[in-house]
Amino acid sequence: MSWETFLWTTASVALTLFTFSFLYRDNPFYKFSESLFVGISAGYFVIILWYTGLVPTLFDRIWVGQPWWQIWGGKWWYLIPGILGLMMWFRFSKKKSWISRYPIAFYLGIATGAAIPLEMQNRVNRQLADTLVAPNFSAGWVAGISDVIIILGVVCGLFYFFFSVAHKGTFGGVAKAGIYILMIGFGASFGYTVMGRISLFIERVQSIRDWVEMGFEGGGGMTAVVWISVLIVLLLIMMEIMRHMRNKATEEAA
Amino acid sequence: MNFFERLSLLDRRWVYLILAAVVVITVLIEFDTPIRVNPEVRSIYDFMEEQQPGSYIHLAIDYDPGSLAEMHPMTYVIMEQALAKGLKVIMTALSPNGPGMAEQAMLEIMDSVKLHTGKEVIYGEDIVFLGYKPYPGIVILAMGQNYRLPFPGDYYNTSLDSIPMMEGIINYDNVEGVILITGTSGVDFWISYANGRYNVPLAVGLTGVMAADYYPYLKSGQIFGLMGGMLGAAEYEKLAGRPGRAMEAMRVQVWTHMVIILFILIGNIGYFISRRRGGSV
Amino acid sequence: MKKEIPLAIVFVAGVFMAVQFFVPHAGSEWIYEFVMEWTIIIGIFALALGIWSLLRVSTTKIKRKMENWPYAVVLLAGLVSMIIFGMGFMGGVESYMFRHFFNHVMIPLHATMFSLLAFFIASAAFRAFKARSALATVLLISALVLMLRFNPYLGPVGDLDADLASWILNVPNLAAKRAIIIGIGLGMVATALKVILGIERSYMGSD
Repeated sequence: MSWETFLWTTASVALTLFTFSFLYRDNPFYKFSESLFVGISAGYFVIILWYTGLVPTLFDRIWVGQPWWQIWGGKWWYLIPGILGLMMWFRFSKKKSWISRYPIAFYLGIATGAAIPLEMQNRVNRQLADTLVAPNFSAGWVAGISDVIIILGVVCGLFYFFFSVAHKGTFGGVAKAGIYILMIGFGASFGYTVMGRISLFIERVQSIRDWVEMGFEGGGGMTAVVWISVLIVLLLIMMEIMRHMRNKATEEAA
Repeated sequence: MNFFERLSLLDRRWVYLILAAVVVITVLIEFDTPIRVNPEVRSIYDFMEEQQPGSYIHLAIDYDPGSLAEMHPMTYVIMEQALAKGLKVIMTALSPNGPGMAEQAMLEIMDSVKLHTGKEVIYGEDIVFLGYKPYPGIVILAMGQNYRLPFPGDYYNTSLDSIPMMEGIINYDNVEGVILITGTSGVDFWISYANGRYNVPLAVGLTGVMAADYYPYLKSGQIFGLMGGMLGAAEYEKLAGRPGRAMEAMRVQVWTHMVIILFILIGNIGYFISRRRGGSV
Repeated sequence: MKKEIPLAIVFVAGVFMAVQFFVPHAGSEWIYEFVMEWTIIIGIFALALGIWSLLRVSTTKIKRKMENWPYAVVLLAGLVSMIIFGMGFMGGVESYMFRHFFNHVMIPLHATMFSLLAFFIASAAFRAFKARSALATVLLISALVLMLRFNPYLGPVGDLDADLASWILNVPNLAAKRAIIIGIGLGMVATALKVILGIERSYMGSD
């Protein structure tokens, strides 16, 4: 590993440890990484929006090699969405914020109009059509009963969300069956979520291990692990000292 | 106060420390964990294997670095399989912080394919990266009409008309299918808009948090395959015969899950003991 | 005019998009494609608003020396440096610093921030995941079956558990999530109709 790569990867390991320090207690190292995280992400997004957004979709269409003041020659009509886009920026003005309603209305109209037939077709109709089929007992009794459970489960689950009728008597029983089915679903999601969340931490540990293995080729790996441990302990001691100093200053001020 | 009740009052940082210790130890100690492949993952692998060299695949990489741990292994193994087979890959990244990561994966895999198969992957002939545009719903609809509507140029702003592999490629009709790897709710747009309106075959790789929610679409045929989180990625790595980070991570998952189940059991025992005594925990 | 025109725009645009789905005529396709391009362009400007808002909040924090203001300086430094690294004269999205800052600063920060959730879920499992009622017990059992499905130390019980987990995912979980999907679908369509018909107007603000 070159020195250059080693420095970059060391910086990333240091930032990783700074962020993990939050698990012990909120502290300046964590706050630093948190602010840097937000700042860098925003800066990155600005560049992505500019170079891969506005430049190809707007500027390169309007100005095809001609000077910026000359709009003829290119596709001048793209100025219209450009102007509509600029009108969005009046959102923050106290007196002129109404101007931003026009582009928002255009965007909302398009998005909602596109959603109505497609969401109805794909979330409602196709899901219902796949539910309301005859149970397939020819594939075995487990498959047949499973199909019955799906039909009843969907009906009961939907009924739980239906509030126009009081959930009492028979309706109450159906709604109760619905909430049990929903709980099995939420349990399945929780089981998967545990795996998902742990995966994120495993990847961080793997990346630190890779840094140790690649950065300290030839037997220095253990030294690196010791250094990381020392760094973590130093970090914790510094955090405690800073907290102590801050508390003292607050007490004196009081 | 008995042992379990004391445990349930334990400082949360001890819980953190135990979890961290288990993860670090199991990452450092190597041992194999058997992986059982589920049909929803196998169907994606089979679909990729059935494609003939020269066929087009759309690989949508819609995740941020926050879900890289689960998503990157899927991206790596599928992209490598596609390029090694000689498929043409069109990549998009419709998550705001994702394009840089998708580009990094693409560059690394191009090198890796050359290293493992000796096959030179050429940008613009074998793979193209279209980059990011905001509002996935609209972008997905627009790509169904013509890739050039949302993406007049690729990520590097080269006109699509001057990229050799995009010649004659208009919209989803020209690709065999879309493999979507995502950690965002944009998956709903892909299902309702891309598959729903343009009938493009769609398979998804999802984070663990999302995976269970998309089984209804699998049964209704709106998606033809589903990889759920690290386990899904590990299953695919096993099928492709390329053990990577996901298969390695599964041995860690086995132990961390046992620890978390232990936490749940201890918490519940403490709760029941205190409830029997009439207290509350 | 401040309200009527936006209401008319929403109505016309919404009805056009909904009808276009059923009538894919060449003329409507032509307008549809234009509309797609325009919406994306407007969307880019809208996203820039978020960045502007972040700038405003951070500079105000620094000007007024509010609590933790030095971290607002860090935030702005990160934002400005990333913009400079990605500017045309540095090489745009292909510049060395832009790529390396993304790979070695932004990726680890993002990934670590989210990985903190692993610890929070472990803590939640310890403290909150209790069988307090029959419903909570059902949820707990379902979660435990899923969590044990890839455990290789359970022998034949492990295989049974893996089969049961697969069945839970494909049958009761599917039914539950399908009910939610249908419910959300109906809700989305109803809300979209309310927006197009001018019943839902919160997007217009208070003025």
